[in-house]
Amino acid sequence: MKELSNSVCIVGVEESDEVGKLPGVSQLSLHLQACHNAVADAGLKMSEVDGIFTAGQHSPALLGEALGVNPRYVDGTSVGGCSFIIMVGHALLALHHGLCDVALISHGESGRSGTGVTRGRDTSLSGQFEMPYGFGGAPTYFGMITNRHMHEYGTTLEDWAKVAVSTRAWAGLNPKAMFRDPITVQDVLDSRPMFYPFNLLNICLVTDAGGAVVLTRADRAQDCAKKPVYVRGAGEGTDHVFVTEMEELPLSVATRNSGKKAFEMAGVSHGDFDHIMLYDAFSSGPPIMLESLGFCEPGEGCSFFDEGKSTPGGSLPINTNGGGLSYTHSGMYGIFPIIEAVRQQRGECGDRQVPGASLSLVNGMGGMLSAAGTIVLSNQK
Amino acid sequence: MELKRPLPTPMTPEAKPYWDGLKEGKLMMPKCDDCGHVFFYPRIACPSCHSRSVGWMQASGKGKLFSFEIAHRSLNPAFKIEAPYILAMIELEEGPRMMSNLINIDPDPTVVKCDMPVEVVFEKQNDDVTIALFQPAG
Ligand SMILES: [Zn+2]
Repeated sequence: MKELSNSVCIVGVEESDEVGKLPGVSQLSLHLQACHNAVADAGLKMSEVDGIFTAGQHSPALLGEALGVNPRYVDGTSVGGCSFIIMVGHALLALHHGLCDVALISHGESGRSGTGVTRGRDTSLSGQFEMPYGFGGAPTYFGMITNRHMHEYGTTLEDWAKVAVSTRAWAGLNPKAMFRDPITVQDVLDSRPMFYPFNLLNICLVTDAGGAVVLTRADRAQDCAKKPVYVRGAGEGTDHVFVTEMEELPLSVATRNSGKKAFEMAGVSHGDFDHIMLYDAFSSGPPIMLESLGFCEPGEGCSFFDEGKSTPGGSLPINTNGGGLSYTHSGMYGIFPIIEAVRQQRGECGDRQVPGASLSLVNGMGGMLSAAGTIVLSNQK
Repeated sequence: MELKRPLPTPMTPEAKPYWDGLKEGKLMMPKCDDCGHVFFYPRIACPSCHSRSVGWMQASGKGKLFSFEIAHRSLNPAFKIEAPYILAMIELEEGPRMMSNLINIDPDPTVVKCDMPVEVVFEKQNDDVTIALFQPAG
């Protein structure tokens, strides 16, 4: 894969017209808004799109039909919220081999309002072996990983709270963020108890939102509307689905494998990044990802979230859009950290711009650290 | 009597010995005939050596609390046990992990501790279904 580093670029990114609480917009429309907005951002025409990538309830075939596009290439990989990050790597391969010329990765989810959503997924295993005990919903599982981390490494509730505080500080600088008022560690500890070790402010929002990303080969990218952002590396991995089967709980084998591939392809190491986006469905997710990716020893991930490090103006900004914790989280959040990293690499982020950002890491999880996708993005080859 | 828990649904054919065992007060676990690996949930092949020869063994019912959460609410309307209650990940002494509830202990994180020894308690739901709960051992 190393020879494919920098061979394709992200040339368009955008959310749906709005993100937040949108009972008047169907899930399919969230997709379509994001697709049209991202293609326009790239300065391309919808008729030029010939590769469609999406995960969730709608198939790439339906999206093609609804958009009025007959794709030459489709990908419906669905391994949770990081699927869109994984699709950047899949799009890279398809573009490189000429299977498509303009790849469109789309997400749309009416996660809060449920508008235009029909429920229905396989629960034959969780229905037998988890739900009779009160399991169901991500907080009932992710807390297991989090609490075991506390047991093994002595991590405290205050440590996790720092992640929420740092992320909220960034949200204050993002006009699209749902919650923008600053919070303190004490606010997190005093918020409503939900599923110990999580209080309310440790848990992501539930919103309605869409997002889309457009990619093309590097030569063609030079002709698009905005400065191209190079995909320097991409990796993916899966480990378990059920938390009981998580191989090295509380660390994520999928994340370790995914990161290793992406770093090797990009030819970068941990110290090279000046901006990091980590999927934050829970405050404990980003530190555990940093540990699993090898940024630090197990148990040390929370130290990245000290004031002056991950925070605005800090030495290594993390989750600069305000994250799933404070900006938006529709369910499958993975498209949004890609969008933010591209905007940072373009220098479009206004008050929250990381000065001189030249190398972004995007790492996401599917399920309970079950799957992982990692990409390395840069405004330079 | 009104049920306080969602019943296991749908019971799959490969898990029948597990559910039949619970009705008789036995915690049955799939065990690989070839490599001896004991695992859970039930599958038709061994996830360790990939053998298709899988049998069953009766677990001791003893193990440890690998991790837990204290739930202050339920996200499933069909689960009506009064909060707070303890969501438990049990690691059986034979190796496999399973989800359950820890009962007969105060749902307080200063009292409940990871790795504390636990033992199985069988709780009948109706004539067809008994489930495995856990309590502090001894
Ligand atoms: Zn075996």
